[in-house]
Amino acid sequence: MQATRAIVLVALGFKEYAFMLKFPWYFLCFLWIIIPACDLSPKKNVSSSIHHKVILAGSTSIEPIAEKLAEHYMEHHPGYKIEVQGGGSSAGIQAAKMGAADIGMSSRSLKKEEKIFWEHTIAFDAIVIIINPANGIQNLTLSQIQKIFSSQITCWSDIDKSRSGKITVITREEGSGTRGAFEELIMHKTEISPRCLVQDSTGAVREIVASDPNAIGYVSFGGLNEQVKGVCIEGIPPKMQNMITSDLSQKYRIIRPFLFLTSKTPSLECIQFIEFIQSTEGQKILQEEGLIPSYEKIRKHD
Amino acid sequence: MKKLENTIKFFLMMIALSSLSALFLITFFIFMEGLPILFKQGVFAFITGLKWAPTKGSFGIFPMIVGSFQVMFGAIVFSVPLALLCAIYLAEFSSPLARNIIKPSIELLAGIPSVVYGFIGIQVIVPIIRIAFDCSGFSVLGCSIVLGIMVLPTITSISFDSIMAVPVTYRQGSIALGATKWQTVKMVVLPAARTGIIAAIILGMGRAIGETMAVIMIAGNSLIIPVSPLDPVRTLTSNIALEMGYASGEHRQALFATGVILFVIIMGLNSLANYVASAMSRSK
Repeated sequence: MQATRAIVLVALGFKEYAFMLKFPWYFLCFLWIIIPACDLSPKKNVSSSIHHKVILAGSTSIEPIAEKLAEHYMEHHPGYKIEVQGGGSSAGIQAAKMGAADIGMSSRSLKKEEKIFWEHTIAFDAIVIIINPANGIQNLTLSQIQKIFSSQITCWSDIDKSRSGKITVITREEGSGTRGAFEELIMHKTEISPRCLVQDSTGAVREIVASDPNAIGYVSFGGLNEQVKGVCIEGIPPKMQNMITSDLSQKYRIIRPFLFLTSKTPSLECIQFIEFIQSTEGQKILQEEGLIPSYEKIRKHD
Repeated sequence: MKKLENTIKFFLMMIALSSLSALFLITFFIFMEGLPILFKQGVFAFITGLKWAPTKGSFGIFPMIVGSFQVMFGAIVFSVPLALLCAIYLAEFSSPLARNIIKPSIELLAGIPSVVYGFIGIQVIVPIIRIAFDCSGFSVLGCSIVLGIMVLPTITSISFDSIMAVPVTYRQGSIALGATKWQTVKMVVLPAARTGIIAAIILGMGRAIGETMAVIMIAGNSLIIPVSPLDPVRTLTSNIALEMGYASGEHRQALFATGVILFVIIMGLNSLANYVASAMSRSK
C-alpha cells in the first residue's frame, strides 16, 4: 500500500513524497504482493479435460479422509475428478445401492440385509482411552468408561479403592470425528456429560492428560504416544495386533471399520481409486490420519 | 489547483470509506449467516436454552452467556484495583524516570499475543490452581486472572490519560486549602477523572469478553453454568472458535448466531462506554 500510495502521490505532484520511491523495499513489498497475484502460468482447462468421474458419499467421519485421498489421487491422475459428499453411513449405503454414488462410505459394519455389494475395508478407526502415566489403573470396562463420561462415576476411588481424587474428564468438541466415534462405540444413547472439559484437538487432550494425574480422555489410535497411558479395555491392551486380529476374544473393542461399498459392477475408475487406497501410498496417507491400515482385499457378498 | 485538491479529497475519502466498508461487510455476513437459525429456534429460546448439542438439534447458549459475563467480571475484579492504583502512581506520585520505565512496560503487555498468555496460563496458573484447590485447574478463576493481566494495559493507560487531563489548577487549589497529596488525589483528582476511568473499565470489559485464544486454553470449555470460581466455563467466543473446525449446516449457522449475540453484547458495551463518557462530561 505504501508503495502504491507513494506512486500516486508523486504522480499527483507531491514531490516531497518522492523519497519513498528511493527506498527499494517499498517496491519490493509491492512486487511481492503483485507477482503472486498474476499467475502467468498457462491455465489448465479443468472442466474440459475430465474424462473420469467418481462420486463418493456417506459417513461424515470418513469424509475428510476421503477428501484427502481424493486430493492426492487427482494430483497424480490428471483427468480424474473424485467428488466426496457426506450424508451419513446409512445414506452412503443407500446411495451406493441406488447408484446415486459410485462408492458408498460407511463407518459401521453392514447389517445383514445391507450386504449385497462389493465391500472393502479401507482402514480401521480405533479409540484409545488415555490416562496419566502416574495413574495406576490398568484396565477399564466399557460400562465404567460410559459412566465416567456421563458423570455417574466422578471419583477414582469408585473404580479403584487405592486411588483418590476427582476424575477430570476431557472430551472433544461437538462435530469432531473422534467424538463421533466415541459416542457411537461407547456412549451409545447415553450423552456425554456437560461437566466434561472440552478440547478441540488430540494434542490438547493429550497435553492435559499428561499434566493432570486425575485426568482421563480419548484419542484416536494414531494420537497415542508415550506422554500418556492407553488403558486396557475389558482386559485387552490397545495394541496393533489386537486391532487387526480376527480372534474375537483378543479383539480390541473400541474399533470400527471404514468401509467402501460399490455396486455389483463397479466402473474401472472406482476400482482404480480403491486400488490406490490399498496401495502402500494410500495406506500411508490413512496412517498419517491416525487410522489403522487394513491390508484387506475386496470382499464380496452374495 | 482546486481540481487537484478535490481529487485528493475524494481519494482520501475513498480510503477512509474502504476501512468502514470492512465493518459493514463483517456485520452483514455475521447476520446473514446467523439470523436464519436464530429465527428458526426463536431468539429467546436460543439465548435462554440450557443445552448445547448442535449436532443433535439442541441450541441453547445460556451457560455460555453466563460464563462470558462471569469471566469478564472476574477479569475486572483482578485488573481494576491494580490498573487504577498503577495509573494514580504514575500520574501523581512517580518520578519522571520511573514513569518512563513503568508506563512503556505496561503498554508492552498489550503487545504480547494472546496465545502466549494462554500458554503461560496453562503451564503456570492452571497447575497452581489444581494443586491449591484440588480441582481440574481449568476454571473461571484462572481465566479471570489471565484476562485481568491482559486488560491491565487498556485500563491503566486510559485511566492515566484521564487523570493527567485533570487541570493542574484543581490540584493547586486543593493543596492551597491544606489538603495532603493523597487527599487531593482521593477527593479532587479521581472524581474529576471518573468519566475517563469508567470508560476505561468498560473498554477493558469489552476486551475481556472478546478474548478467545487464551480463554480456550484455560477455561476448560465445559457446557455447564459455573457456580463456583473453580468450575470450568465456556465463553461465547471460545464456543465459536472451538467448534468452527468441523461444523456444517445448522451447527455452523448456530455458531454464527452465537457471533450475532456476542456482536450485540460488545456493541452494547461500547455504546455504554461512549454514553457514559459523553453524559458525564455534559454534567460536569
